[in-house]
Amino acid sequence: MQGIMYLGGISAIIFIIGIFVFIAKEGLPFLFGAFDLKEFFTSPRWIPTSENNPTYGALALILGTASVTGMAMIVAIPFSLGAAIFIGEFATGKTRETLKILIELLAAIPSVVWGFIGLTIMNGLIIKLFNVPIGLNVLNAGIILGLMAAPIMTTIAEDSLKAVPDKYREAAEAMGATRWQTIRRVVLPAAKNGLVSAVLLGVGRGFGETMAVLMASGHSINIPHSVFDSVRALTATIAAELGETAVGSPHYGALFTLGILLFIITFLINLTADLVVRGIRKK
Amino acid sequence: MPQAPPDAGPDAPSTPPAPPVLEVENLSIRYGDVSALRNVSLSVHEHEIFGIIGPANSGKTSFLKTLNRMDRFESHMRVEGHIRFLGRDVRAWRNVYALRQHIGVVFPLPVGLPLSIYDNVALSPRLRGVTDRRELDVIVERCLTRAALWDEVKDRLDSLGSLLSGGQQQRLTIARALSQDPALLLLDEFSIAVDPVTTMRIEDVLKELRKEMTIIMVTNLVQQARRLADRTAFFLTGDCVEIGRTDDLFEGKVKDPRTYDYILGRFG
Repeated sequence: MQGIMYLGGISAIIFIIGIFVFIAKEGLPFLFGAFDLKEFFTSPRWIPTSENNPTYGALALILGTASVTGMAMIVAIPFSLGAAIFIGEFATGKTRETLKILIELLAAIPSVVWGFIGLTIMNGLIIKLFNVPIGLNVLNAGIILGLMAAPIMTTIAEDSLKAVPDKYREAAEAMGATRWQTIRRVVLPAAKNGLVSAVLLGVGRGFGETMAVLMASGHSINIPHSVFDSVRALTATIAAELGETAVGSPHYGALFTLGILLFIITFLINLTADLVVRGIRKK
Repeated sequence: MPQAPPDAGPDAPSTPPAPPVLEVENLSIRYGDVSALRNVSLSVHEHEIFGIIGPANSGKTSFLKTLNRMDRFESHMRVEGHIRFLGRDVRAWRNVYALRQHIGVVFPLPVGLPLSIYDNVALSPRLRGVTDRRELDVIVERCLTRAALWDEVKDRLDSLGSLLSGGQQQRLTIARALSQDPALLLLDEFSIAVDPVTTMRIEDVLKELRKEMTIIMVTNLVQQARRLADRTAFFLTGDCVEIGRTDDLFEGKVKDPRTYDYILGRFG
């Protein structure tokens, strides 16, 4: 029995290492072959299918992912923080329970459904509202992604507000602080670590999300200059191209290299979130 | 806020009686079906340390909670009767937050807010709208000094208040209460988590503070009431058994024998 538990426990580690080894194995031949570090990080030209001069510049893809994620956080942070404060500090009884269930339900909506909403409803809406030629862009993908990331961020932020002992609220209110002053001056600073990690996990979600971004971002290689530019994300590139490459080809290896990059980025984000939760970043 | 005339000194606590800071009439508190306090009437005068002694579950803490209307955290609490603070019924204060700013509270277990030491003490002035850094500096230093904590923390005002030792946190709590510039200070068994040396230091602080404010001190240390309180009330299972001059009570001049029995430690 203990053996099974142990196996279950270490399986997570085994899987992580296994995945990394696999991605690295597939990516390494490219990394030591056609890969050019400078080109990879500075060139916006991602033309892996060119007959005579394939280039593998990931800059536009990196910026695409970053801009969509940034837009998503602009949407998600106020939403999730507001929702968490309302649920954690103001709502009581039935309202609170209903909201929590609804938010968890929101987190369970498949990403392709979100992508569909972006592709159909949001697209037309953005074209009409802002009078731009195309509605599949950073704004669209960012809003969709923000709404997708908000539920999990809300849940974590609310947990961290709940973890602030009531004695702090009581002490602040005994001093004559209003509810809002108590939240702003005492509860939020006390929950700071949890809130930061909620945001970081949202960022991690943004970097990793594929389908919705693929559908809503326009999927065109572009260095974005405004939120109305179409972009292409790292994840979407892998998803869209991997099925059409020959196993072992430089293009195949290049896509796995993008995978390694994503793996490292999400790993760093999660690590930071974890360190923040443990309060190592505490002054 | 009424400013105390300096000559209404601590040496004449009950004669002649100063105008009462707090008047309580027929106060009863219930938690659902359970009665916590029944028909308590008392008044507390300016510059007085008013002690409340009694065993656990006597209604002492419930009594304090009604004074600054902290019943929000007790959902089943029902209060009847009248409490007048500075001549006004506390239930009639339109702005309960303003009422609480006039009443400082020190809880049994120290609550250092998870802010820096400086911010802990500067919180209340900031709530009142003080933003000038120099003004805040002065308030913080004055309050920490009066709470006998300044010398220990003056070099690390930026470190977290919640990381101080128990005794230091309790003095930080007192400094925070003082930063409100309260007319009335409520102390709820403040020495429960504090070592004896610190307790004595805080008691010295309280004797000084009496010159500037009125103090209600709930304690289950009978000797602490004897050392500090001008008058003492004895609460027992929700009844206020007796109120009298502390000296009288401890000399055995009691109306109810249970009071003296408790003082002598025969029960409780």
